[in-house]
Amino acid sequence: MQHTLSVVRALGLMLVVFSAAYMMPLAASLIYDDGTLIDFLLAMVCTAAIGFLMWLLTRRYKGELSIRHGYLMVVTMWTAMPAFATLPLLLVIKDLSFTDAYFETMSGLTTTGATVLTGLDDLPPAINIWRHELNWLGGMGIIVLAVAILPLLGIGGRQLFKAETPGPMKDSALTPRITETARNLWLVYLSITIACILSLKAVGMNWLDAICHAFATMGLGGFSTHDASVGYFNSPAIEFVLIVFMLLAAMNFATHFLVWREKNLKLYWYDTEAIATVGLVLASCLGIAVFLWWQGTYPSFWTALRHASFNLVSIATDCGFTSVDFGQWPIFAPMWMLFLSCVTASSGSTGGGIKMVRTMILFKQAGREFVKLLHPTAINPMKIGGSVVPNNIVFAVLGFIFLYFMTVVTLTFALLISGLDFISAFSAIIACINNAGPGLGVVGPSSNFGVLSDFQTWVCTIAMLVGRLEIFTVLILFTPHFWRR
Amino acid sequence: MKILILGAGQVGSTVAESLVSEANDITVVDSDGEKLRQLQDRLDLRTLMGNAAHPSVLEQAGIADTDMLLAVTQSDEVNMVACKLAASLYNTPTRIARIRSPDFLARPEVFSKDNFCVDFSICPEQILTDYIVKLIEFPEALQVQEFSKGKASLVAVRAFQGGPLVGKPLSFLRTHMPQVETRVAAIFRKDGPLIPEGDTVIEEGDEIFFIAATDNIRSVLKEMRRMDKPAKRVMIVGGGNIGKRLAKALENDYQVKLIEYNKKACEKLAGELKNTLVLNGDGTDEKLMQQEHVGAVDVFCALTNDDENNIMSALLAKQGGAGKVIALINRSAYVDLLQGGKIDIALSPAHVTIGSLLAYVRQGDVVAVHSLRRGAAEALELVAHGDRQSSQVVGRRIDDIDLPKGATIGAIVRGGKVIMGHHDVVIEAEDHVIVFVINKAMVRKVERLFQVSIGFL
Repeated sequence: MQHTLSVVRALGLMLVVFSAAYMMPLAASLIYDDGTLIDFLLAMVCTAAIGFLMWLLTRRYKGELSIRHGYLMVVTMWTAMPAFATLPLLLVIKDLSFTDAYFETMSGLTTTGATVLTGLDDLPPAINIWRHELNWLGGMGIIVLAVAILPLLGIGGRQLFKAETPGPMKDSALTPRITETARNLWLVYLSITIACILSLKAVGMNWLDAICHAFATMGLGGFSTHDASVGYFNSPAIEFVLIVFMLLAAMNFATHFLVWREKNLKLYWYDTEAIATVGLVLASCLGIAVFLWWQGTYPSFWTALRHASFNLVSIATDCGFTSVDFGQWPIFAPMWMLFLSCVTASSGSTGGGIKMVRTMILFKQAGREFVKLLHPTAINPMKIGGSVVPNNIVFAVLGFIFLYFMTVVTLTFALLISGLDFISAFSAIIACINNAGPGLGVVGPSSNFGVLSDFQTWVCTIAMLVGRLEIFTVLILFTPHFWRR
Repeated sequence: MKILILGAGQVGSTVAESLVSEANDITVVDSDGEKLRQLQDRLDLRTLMGNAAHPSVLEQAGIADTDMLLAVTQSDEVNMVACKLAASLYNTPTRIARIRSPDFLARPEVFSKDNFCVDFSICPEQILTDYIVKLIEFPEALQVQEFSKGKASLVAVRAFQGGPLVGKPLSFLRTHMPQVETRVAAIFRKDGPLIPEGDTVIEEGDEIFFIAATDNIRSVLKEMRRMDKPAKRVMIVGGGNIGKRLAKALENDYQVKLIEYNKKACEKLAGELKNTLVLNGDGTDEKLMQQEHVGAVDVFCALTNDDENNIMSALLAKQGGAGKVIALINRSAYVDLLQGGKIDIALSPAHVTIGSLLAYVRQGDVVAVHSLRRGAAEALELVAHGDRQSSQVVGRRIDDIDLPKGATIGAIVRGGKVIMGHHDVVIEAEDHVIVFVINKAMVRKVERLFQVSIGFL
């Protein structure tokens, strides 16, 4: 009980810090004078006050947090913050239900980018800034969670990220302390974001759009300020800039940090995961472009390549921008994109899904089984980037994959029960659990999640949360062992 | 020469054995008294028990007036410290250390005068590995030794029915392939050496030593015997130091299978090797061999620490249909017994590696020494110095040089070019001369021949 209260204390502190995030929409509200100033102030005070109260009541409980409470804290944080973030949405947008608002903020903080709102173009700028900031903060949170905290908990083979930096990078472990590591990663994240804002401005966006889209890109969230998403701009230059930054965001930020510190671009080459990610995405872009051209979806190869590249990179990296309605493409193309969204993003990136390193482990494990059948006495350890992956990590990854698929199946059935058609249900769950964004069918790029019933919206909200926190973290709270002393 | 050897392991004791026979004063230091006792029983040398990196031990061993320090203990670090001590405390002129770790070897500055003062570093495992790699590259050859940084090579091959030259006199070689420069240095028939003359007829089963530029080896080999197809599949038994190095050297060009008995060692090996299939099992288990298709293997190498196991697994592999089988055998009695029988090549690690050390012990400017036919014969690479007055070789035609009978000049490397040792070639200063000596007893004479007379100094 005492420890649970110390979780509450930490959560209170967290909320006080989180209330500082309202500064940005407040500033936007002042600049654009959109009349939302009072709503945001109210929300900020509310959040800070409740957080302070929570801290005040529990401040005596400073106990050291155990791993067990690490899980509890991560999950409560990721459910409480979206709840508080709904305040300005509920205050500004009339007749928005809490269910939809919570879906929206959860989608923001889990960097999913699926939206229930329509008429984005007419929303007050401060609200748009707020939504995108959630994307950005979610990305920031997940990087630290992935690089600094989850490895300590050892979820689904996450320990790997300590051991997995191969070759010459191995001896240059990030930094000895978590806080220092986190600070450095955020610096890198911030620098790339600024580079992204400037690049987007340079290719023709206004400041508001540039900041919002840069936030959504770096968090691989995929919120847009326009209903037509990036299609609104209809600019190959913007699409190209976004592709580059989406790929950067889909790589391990630890690698970015090392490249930055060592001033050596070659280090990217030693990140086997990044190489696999970029290789798979580029090959798929070409393949889908040829496919669309051959199917006659687009008359010229270059148009096909442009649209295929942007939408494929966006979905594969779990960002979720769209430039055309790819739901209208022959089913192979969007299905392949959804498949990529499961596997492509690197560990330690802001993307979601299974993660490339786990995909590689699974592939190699399959190869190992073949070798084992042909040469029963062979000793054939799993190697990623030249270093051996211990068997217990392989098992952890297998366990993760099983839970991942079981979650997809269960939640898809939940949507099917509620009466949704199969393609929409399946694609919605895949898009949500991978934190990608748009699905297919009724939740496709031309529509959004606003059409879902309350029950269906909650199912998708759960999928986003479970996917973002790597499944184990959430489900462990529902095991009897967790609560047993 | 007074020589101090640190370490009485396999390398230390074989070096000692071979140096004692060349009339040197040897002292051996080791921390294992039992090893020293065994050595002292066999050889005429002094032994001392103690830690080879301690100054007091080195002093007792007489380092003060030692001409050469050979640090060949198991530990790189001990060897390096001993060299450093010898240099800074006792001014020992020549310091040689066995260094195995690639980490040290990758940074040569570690061995410089300012740091650990290692004049020469040797790695017997690497020498042996390079030697086996050559044998796999030229599966027909019994032995391939390089001179002058690999420009010229000495190759031993057994003549077989079907080679164009078999049954013909040696002079036929020149008319048959005029474009390829080569020279037959010696022929061993029924274990006795022959001095090759133009009219010597090559018979089946002869062991022929020839010298050629390294690029020409393959075309010369073709004259002596029917060529096998190049090796593709290699099986190695024993994942020790040599087996691992060999697998590493081969795994990118060949299909390599490595059998190792110890499971822990297997896991470590499999982690380090990239394309090698590591198998956990007994190298003498014929079921395992069949299961892994030993019959399809082109070269089979038995490289464990155990002579008997190596012999048995090589015999089993040959029985099972392996192409060429190589066995690592430490005991020289076994080597003589087995070479040329069912086992194609019986490798004696001592004889392969001793050459690199002998080059430092010899008088005159000896660049390389290769011990041949289990130490009975020798091939040397010497540098000719001086001029016609001060030297007995410079400025003279080869047939004017007073070489002892049984020693032949095989080739000369002059400024990177390989020139065959025909009788009318005139030797110039700074030439690298490759001399083949069929009897080791003549080595001294050859060395003396190449020494510059006092007048020159």
